[in-house]
Amino acid sequence: MEVGQLQRSFVEYMASLFREGFLDAQFSQLQQLQDDSNPDFVVEVVSLFFEDSERLLNDLTMALDQPNVEFKQVDAHVHQLKGSSSSVGAQRVKNCCVPFRICCEEQNTEACLRCLQQIKQEYLLVKNKLQTLFELEQQIVASGGAIPMVQ
Amino acid sequence: MDFYSSSSTISRGMGEPDEPHILAVDDNLIDRKLVEKLLKKSSCKVTTAENGLRALEYLGLGADQEHSTNGNGSKVSMIITDYCMPGMTGYELLKKIKESSILKDVPVVIMSSENIPTRIDQCMEEGAQMFMLKPLKHSDVKRLRCQLMQCQ
Repeated sequence: MEVGQLQRSFVEYMASLFREGFLDAQFSQLQQLQDDSNPDFVVEVVSLFFEDSERLLNDLTMALDQPNVEFKQVDAHVHQLKGSSSSVGAQRVKNCCVPFRICCEEQNTEACLRCLQQIKQEYLLVKNKLQTLFELEQQIVASGGAIPMVQ
Repeated sequence: MDFYSSSSTISRGMGEPDEPHILAVDDNLIDRKLVEKLLKKSSCKVTTAENGLRALEYLGLGADQEHSTNGNGSKVSMIITDYCMPGMTGYELLKKIKESSILKDVPVVIMSSENIPTRIDQCMEEGAQMFMLKPLKHSDVKRLRCQLMQCQ
């Protein structure tokens, strides 16, 4: 695929991620922070987000699997996940955290498990989307093109 | 093991005397990285700490430290801290700083992902310079910088 086509695909893909609510304005903030002194800033932060989220999702799975669920602990993990997802602009993941925290307050294990399922799905979706986005970027760069700035 | 890290903007040899040095405290690694980048982009020198205890140690207010002589308190122009942290909250850190004769005049900014009016009031009453909602944006840091200029 020639560079122009790749760049158009990139712009369209990025626009769809915002339109469909996977990403919000905070992601744009991240992109604006990237510069020549730190050209991989977005990828670095997003990679941290992937690691952090996977750890938290594992911790949540284990915490909810206990015979006596420690809801304060579950809530603490969800709070962390909400913070991280909010900071990178992963809007749908962040939005899943709100009902989750309510279920923790109500100490409802079944409801928490449903929330966890939901969050895992949203996380995998956004991870997939972001990885696709980064791959597109790499293809553009490999073809000698510049990555278009998307407002 | 390093509990805090320092980084400068572009090295200028002697070091800019008027480049503010900000201590940023947050238990979340992603948020630490973000706030550091935001501040560096606004020409600030940044040191990050992952919790209140480490922050106090850096400032020379640690439990087993002599006041002022061993700390970096005099180098710091501002402290920005997350509110929700395990162990010592940002509010508790704010109180400790305001109780210190050496550091009580250093502006302390509290960040939080939650917009809770009683929390905000509590921090402002304790002497916080500002309360900011996370995630921080470039415009928030610009505001911070203006505040710093006025403080000096």
